Amino acid sequence: MRFSWRGLAREALRGHAGWTPHWRSPEQPQPGYDVVILGGGGHGLATAYYLASQHRPGRIAVLEKGWIGGGNTGRNTTIIRSNYLFPESAALYDHALQLWEGLSLALNYNVMFSPRGVMMLAHSQHDVQSGLRHVHANRLAGVDNEWLTPAEAKAFCPPLDTSAAIRYPVLGAALQRRGGVARHDAVAWGYARAASALGVDIIEGCEVTGIDRDPVSGAVTGVQTGKGPIRCRKLGVVAAGSTSLVMAMAGLRMPLESFPLQALVSEPVKPVFPCVVMSNTVHAYISQSDKGELVIGAGTDQYPSYSQAGGVQILGHTLEAICEMFPIFRRMRMLRAWGGIVDVTPDRSPILSRTPVPGLYVNCGWGTGGFKATPGSGHVFAATIARDEPHPIAAPFSLDRFAGGRLIDEAAAAAVAH
Amino acid sequence: MLLIACPWCGDRPELEFRHAGEAHVTRPADPAAVSDAAWTGFLYERQNPRGLYRERWRHLHGCGRFFNAVRHTLTDRFLGSYPPGGEPPA
Ligand SMILES: Cc1cc2nc3c(=O)[nH]c(=O)nc-3n(C[C@H](O)[C@H](O)[C@H](O)COP(=O)(O)OP(=O)(O)OC[C@H]3O[C@@H](n4cnc5c(N)ncnc54)[C@H](O)[C@@H]3O)c2cc1C
Ligand SMILES: [Zn+2]
Repeated sequence: MRFSWRGLAREALRGHAGWTPHWRSPEQPQPGYDVVILGGGGHGLATAYYLASQHRPGRIAVLEKGWIGGGNTGRNTTIIRSNYLFPESAALYDHALQLWEGLSLALNYNVMFSPRGVMMLAHSQHDVQSGLRHVHANRLAGVDNEWLTPAEAKAFCPPLDTSAAIRYPVLGAALQRRGGVARHDAVAWGYARAASALGVDIIEGCEVTGIDRDPVSGAVTGVQTGKGPIRCRKLGVVAAGSTSLVMAMAGLRMPLESFPLQALVSEPVKPVFPCVVMSNTVHAYISQSDKGELVIGAGTDQYPSYSQAGGVQILGHTLEAICEMFPIFRRMRMLRAWGGIVDVTPDRSPILSRTPVPGLYVNCGWGTGGFKATPGSGHVFAATIARDEPHPIAAPFSLDRFAGGRLIDEAAAAAVAH
Repeated sequence: MLLIACPWCGDRPELEFRHAGEAHVTRPADPAAVSDAAWTGFLYERQNPRGLYRERWRHLHGCGRFFNAVRHTLTDRFLGSYPPGGEPPA
């Protein structure tokens, strides 16, 4: 079913009785597929969609242990930007940003991409220097990023306190106007619907518990699941915080640790916050959803955990920073908080790669900031799987960069989270 | 917030501690003699288990000393702490 003005008008007139489920959700998988994607988050669903639409490798299934989008995709604060420091990262994230710009049209599904501008604050001389370095590096790489004075930052985001009296005064800000937010669930649903329409089987409630391999070649031959064994020629693992556990099923140790990351939302209010503001120094991120809630991102806990619930002091720390930067929100009440488990690499850059096991591919390590990359990640990972050869944008993000010492050290570059 | 038992100071709030990574990751005695794969394993690859996990902590805002602990990473419950070089609790 395609969405159109005509269809909307027709359904409005007949009490919305004609809408059908957006994607097929077969209870039982087929006995075998050409490609199985493990993980029904945004990245896995996007991978399946681009495989089916651009490469046609045969039959494709997405296996999801819970419900699609129930992982980090449905738990994130949806900040989208591409102003990363290194050329490899800028190329990857800007590839994604360009796809975001046409995504609703391409999927015929409103993902509510809203390029309202992402402003990153500087609170110290070091922040100013590193922010300016990013602005210059980005402009050389053809990625938009501009420097604002405190007065310009205030004009762009009126609730911001730019007075000199606060503990960490705003000394400037980097603004990427093409950055913004999107609706997280709609991204999962939109890709699922488009992939399903191209014949991809999306199997929910289907946990992978083992990886079968050929005793001689070691190649992947299938997976064991809660719904029985499924044969496959190629397996793409897109399991975010659970990646180490899945890869261990194929005997591989990963350069990953999994940490809880939390976010929270306020009670809904009238539109008051026009953009996205991030501060890495005092560690707080904020935007306002279309429902009116302030969406606030906190930090990770310091220890690896799969608990999906971080420490309360982490939320407290973030709210202190928010109240300091935006005194207007001091009396606002928070509605709910939650956590996701994010998989973090030593250089804070993702892994998009073939592996030493033939037929096994992995897309992980997006840590605290992979939502923004969803379309680009799926697009280059699909090509990597289909051709059994890294897509040029994915090539620097291979698993063997750690042995080769070719790290893409965004962590050291900026200490940025999202 | 976790309540963490320093082997020397007893139970203290997590704010006094700094997590210091997986425990019992030993630096090869002669780095030049190990393969790239073994060196990568030492530097970067981690067990990252869902279950019992042996980890290092430092009582940064206390006695300053490093120690080890065993924690379940799904419940975050500690089984116990032990000094460096000691045996993990059974
Ligand atoms: C609180 C929070 C805030 C964030 N904020 C931002 C932000 O502002 N901007 C940004 O860019 N990024 C942000 N991120 C990061 C972002 O959410 C992730 O990088 C991204 O969503 C990862 O997508 P994914 O599809 O790889 O993972 P997921 O959506 O987690 O999908 C992985 C799926 O794999 C499934 N799975 C795992 N193991 C198995 C198995 N054995 N069998 C079958 N299925 C399995 C899981 O159930 C899950 O659905 C945030 C994350 C969190 C937690
Ligand atoms: Zn102590």
